[in-house]
Amino acid sequence: MRLVPFWFIVITVLWTGFFILEGFDFGVGMLHGVVGRDDAGRRAAINTIGPLWDGNEVWLIVAGAAIFAAFPGWYATMFSGFYLALVLLLASLMVRGVSFEYRGKRNALRWRRTWDGLLTAGSLLAPLLIGVALGDLLTGLPINSHQEYTGSFWNLLQPYGLFTGITFVLICLLSGATFLGLKTTDDLRERAGRLARRVAPVTGAAVVAFVIWTHVTARSTFFLNPVELLAILAVIAAVWLVYDHREGFAFAATTVTMAACVVSIFTGLYPNVMVSSTNSAYNLTVHNTASGAYSLKVMTVVVVIFLPFVLAYQTWTYYVFRRRVSRREFLPLTGRHAAPSAPTATPDGAAPPAGQGL
Amino acid sequence: MTNVDLARWQFAFVTINHFFFVPVTIGLAFLTALLQTAWYRSKRDEYLRLTRFFGTLLVINVAIGVVTGLVQEFQFGMNWSAYSRLVGNIFGAPLAMEGLAAFFLESTFLGLWLFGWDKLSRRVHLLTIWLVSLGTVLSAAFIMAANSWMQHPVGYVMVNGKPQLNDIWAVFTNQVFVWGYSKVLLASLVTGAAVMLAVSAWQLRHGGAPEVFTRSARLALIVLVPAILFTMLVGDELGVIEAKYQPMKIAAAEAQWTTCQPCSFSLFQIGGGNNDHTPTQILAIPHLLSLLATNHWDGKVIGLSPLQSQYQKQFGPGYYVPNVFIQYWSMRVMAYVGVLVLLIAVYGLWLLRRQKLATSRRFLWVAIWAAVLPFLMNTAGWLLTESGRQPWIVQGIMLTKNGVSSSVGVTSIVISLVIFVLLYGVLATVDLMLMLKYSRQQLPPAHAETDADAPVPAVQY
Repeated sequence: MRLVPFWFIVITVLWTGFFILEGFDFGVGMLHGVVGRDDAGRRAAINTIGPLWDGNEVWLIVAGAAIFAAFPGWYATMFSGFYLALVLLLASLMVRGVSFEYRGKRNALRWRRTWDGLLTAGSLLAPLLIGVALGDLLTGLPINSHQEYTGSFWNLLQPYGLFTGITFVLICLLSGATFLGLKTTDDLRERAGRLARRVAPVTGAAVVAFVIWTHVTARSTFFLNPVELLAILAVIAAVWLVYDHREGFAFAATTVTMAACVVSIFTGLYPNVMVSSTNSAYNLTVHNTASGAYSLKVMTVVVVIFLPFVLAYQTWTYYVFRRRVSRREFLPLTGRHAAPSAPTATPDGAAPPAGQGL
Repeated sequence: MTNVDLARWQFAFVTINHFFFVPVTIGLAFLTALLQTAWYRSKRDEYLRLTRFFGTLLVINVAIGVVTGLVQEFQFGMNWSAYSRLVGNIFGAPLAMEGLAAFFLESTFLGLWLFGWDKLSRRVHLLTIWLVSLGTVLSAAFIMAANSWMQHPVGYVMVNGKPQLNDIWAVFTNQVFVWGYSKVLLASLVTGAAVMLAVSAWQLRHGGAPEVFTRSARLALIVLVPAILFTMLVGDELGVIEAKYQPMKIAAAEAQWTTCQPCSFSLFQIGGGNNDHTPTQILAIPHLLSLLATNHWDGKVIGLSPLQSQYQKQFGPGYYVPNVFIQYWSMRVMAYVGVLVLLIAVYGLWLLRRQKLATSRRFLWVAIWAAVLPFLMNTAGWLLTESGRQPWIVQGIMLTKNGVSSSVGVTSIVISLVIFVLLYGVLATVDLMLMLKYSRQQLPPAHAETDADAPVPAVQY
């Protein structure tokens, strides 16, 4: 059945799409309080992702649902095995999701600071937890011959998994900082640039270590595979571009880094989908967890029809909201009149952020 | 409590909560799209102001609908992994389609609508709200197809004791789906219209722009009357279909232990439940149950006791009768509340024709409080449907107790249940608070498109 590997690729693509898109808005969520010093600044930072974050988050839902439909055995073991971690993940995503909508709905400082704090915490926890989960797939978990997870919550906290989580958080931070540099003006843009320069070397070091650790964990050949090599090259390029103040290319390179890191986990996994630390004979593979041929055929037709549409209209959305967001737009009316009537949009640098498609 | 009980409590809790927000979203998205279309055609400021006013309520509500939807998507694997493993190749397909075809559409275009007021042309901006509405309607279609498959499995063959999908069209032409989906859409319109009517009524009672809110009240009533009427008619047909495929569900809804022909429908009963087979029935209406369950004046309804012995022969020893108390009363709450909504809506329409709607303080008071009725009706309807399927998780194929995750212990579910109850409690309180606050606000001013001093769209974060 050739559709089985095809669906492994589709799922890799969906997870990659999720991380490169939601990656920068996790980053913006973590950084909005640091980049925006006052309420207007914070609102400007949040509004750079305002129209986009919800559509980005759907990638996670679809990635999960696609595993359910194409590899029910994988979905069942993974989601029940990661139970408490997923409860935490859901709580962070829920809190984060409503903070966008609710923070501006009351004009009280404490109300807004509370939602700001929750937005920051949720944006930090979510990529950390998902990173730990993806890392655990590769490094192995106690799984018995019935494909049931036999460990506890603490078995999920393994060094490689934790490091994967931290690496993803760092890439999200860099992605968010470069995105904010690309999408804001004046002092916000400057602060975002400064943050990016501070984060970049740490992210770079983490990614290099992560790639080597992944390579060793996956027990593949001696040489790095092309994806792993790409991750290292991309992150070096990203660091260099950040210091060279080239916001657009720095963001693009960070996006490639993120994509290559996610893909490297999945290439390391294949043909396994969850490694069993109990006995390698109990590994979950694409074959022993896949749906029937007919289901995969139906889902293939659906994904081939709908995914291009999704990519087209999401790309268009990024194009519509391509202009920079200024702190001035969010000052109270009197303040705005006092400010010089500078244009709220700068025509230069108004290119849509790279990598919005895939 | 066992892990099965706890997992069921958790499923009921998060799903019932999720379905408070879903019908409001489906209903209000459609109604907001209608208002914006009215503005697009007439260019009258009232419609623009109403679009923005109700659009804000829609957005507040969507936020919590989306995040509670995340839990819905994950919990099958988390708590029901044996079920997911067995039927994922059938049940997972519509869920993945829902994400690809509906969630992306809904969330992407909601962002475009919300932030696109001054960036898109009037025509394209109108299109975005219609696509949001289409997304909500499509999403309900896929999830209802999945749910209907659990009620009445079709389009599969058994391979080594496992159901394998072999006909996707059968899943989407399932009679339970066709009628159940229609009913959900209509009930969502009822919910959205009732909320719009209540908000308009509150505004009219408190002197908020009568000429504008009379319009929204009128729109709400014009949608509400046919929507509630058809909800009941479609619900009746759905009952007949369910009586055919899930006879236990309908027999339990009437607490009918023995076979009857013709069968009467009791308005109330005293006692009853799974251990009391002879409750005192009050005001039995002859022939009504026969009509509801079979569409025939003298139709036959098989009782719970004969069904139980038939199921034991077919599926082996076990107790196959659902919770009769829940069935009996959820059926009645749903039906009686539906009738009440219909009466209120017809009364409102009559006042509207006589041009007394805005001044009838009594009706306005009733209309405000009537907003809770559709939520009661929806919840009762889902209890009837889902509890009536028990003890099956998939009718005839898998028992609920066999579908649970064996690797998730009681402690884990208790922890997650506590977290969800606290979280949903806080979120629902905040949501209600904001809905009330924004329902009572003054209308936003009409957007002056040439106003250079107003670069900030009215709705933003």
